[in-house]
Amino acid sequence: MCLAIPAHIEAFTTSGNAIVNLGGVRKEISLALIDDAAVGEYVIVHVGYALQKLDQEEAERTLELFAELGQLDELRAELGAES
Amino acid sequence: MKYVDEFRDGELAKNIAANIAREADPLKIYRLMEFCGGHTHAISRYGLVDLLPKNVRMIHGPGCPVCVLPIGRIDQAIRLAREHKVILCTYADTVRVPASDNLSLLRAKAAGADVRMIYSTQDALKIARDNPSREVVFLAIGFETTTPPTAVAIQQAAAEGLNNFSILCDHVLTPAAMHAILAVEGGVKIDGFVGPAHVSTVIGSQPYEPFADDDGKPVVIAGFEPLDVMQAILMLLRQVNEGRAVVENEFTRAVTREGNLKAQQWVADVFEIRDVFEWRGLGSVPKSALKLRSKYAAFDAEIKFNIAYVAVPDNKACECAAILRGQKRPQQCKIFGTVCTPENPVGSCMVSSEGACAAHYSYGRFREAVE
Repeated sequence: MCLAIPAHIEAFTTSGNAIVNLGGVRKEISLALIDDAAVGEYVIVHVGYALQKLDQEEAERTLELFAELGQLDELRAELGAES
Repeated sequence: MKYVDEFRDGELAKNIAANIAREADPLKIYRLMEFCGGHTHAISRYGLVDLLPKNVRMIHGPGCPVCVLPIGRIDQAIRLAREHKVILCTYADTVRVPASDNLSLLRAKAAGADVRMIYSTQDALKIARDNPSREVVFLAIGFETTTPPTAVAIQQAAAEGLNNFSILCDHVLTPAAMHAILAVEGGVKIDGFVGPAHVSTVIGSQPYEPFADDDGKPVVIAGFEPLDVMQAILMLLRQVNEGRAVVENEFTRAVTREGNLKAQQWVADVFEIRDVFEWRGLGSVPKSALKLRSKYAAFDAEIKFNIAYVAVPDNKACECAAILRGQKRPQQCKIFGTVCTPENPVGSCMVSSEGACAAHYSYGRFREAVE
């Protein structure tokens, strides 16, 4: 029920809705719940409404977090660099 | 798909799993509740339990709107469709939930009731506009994620004077349910919560602060992709290991502390808190659900059709209630996978893909046979 997907805003309609692309599927959604959406931005879409804009910089930061090395790996890397 | 595929990367999952394995203290047991059905689904679908050490245990929470709706609420919708001959609009999940008299909305539809599955509240408004001589009722269920779209529809209906449109309001509140879980007598021990993803895009991270500050429970808000869940588990482990209890946010790409203020404003204008609401599994929980404000009473189907809620006990063999409280796992229910299956569900947890039983049936039930 709460499932929602990031969608790319491709255009606006005359009624103020947005046309989004959800992995190749185009759909008209309501922007009533968010402010200042722009073409090219990503929004989280749920039951036909954009719920929130997706912060692309934060997404990159989270991906970097996933790739963080474990402390032991860091230790090994440091020791390797010194020797 | 951008912002989906990267968050499902198998190599990165192994990296997070290695960090979890390294940091999990073998002398501790970590009991973590994922509140949301969306997380339950991701954990089952991607086999995340296989990537976790044995002493990191995931407990499924009650965050599945279809699951927590008691039978009496579905009965109300069926009565509207059958006795009052309304066009009953509903999100698709709800139609298969078993109700009284061996009925469900789907069976009522098969017997001639006008039940229509919709994707968006906009579809319900369109049906009302297209059928001016019929009454159209939208069965409005869901947590805070799904409430703002209902609020928009109500304001639109009011502005258009769409007097044949109304809603059966079953919107419920996440923090109230989390409090109820912690208050269950003899309830399951919880060392931390994986906090909701899309609910939190709306309400923000702030409403979870009392769980950390007052109850000493760490909360990490996580996105619904598998790597989000894994990272949140790692963050919870770190809090438990360090004896900290704070609200952390893994889903920063869509969640802020304040949430979506515009959506909150829509909701505040249209809804107010109900004194009490009955949940499947949690019983009557004070201030845990919403109803329409009196200025929108004309759109309240409970008032318009004078259709009172009548409590109905669950099927005796069904363990949904204990499963929703985190006290039992789906496989501990006698009828799981035999009498009760997704094709022929007895309890609501087997209906929705976010339900603990449906998720375990679809993805997990052969795992244990192998072990």
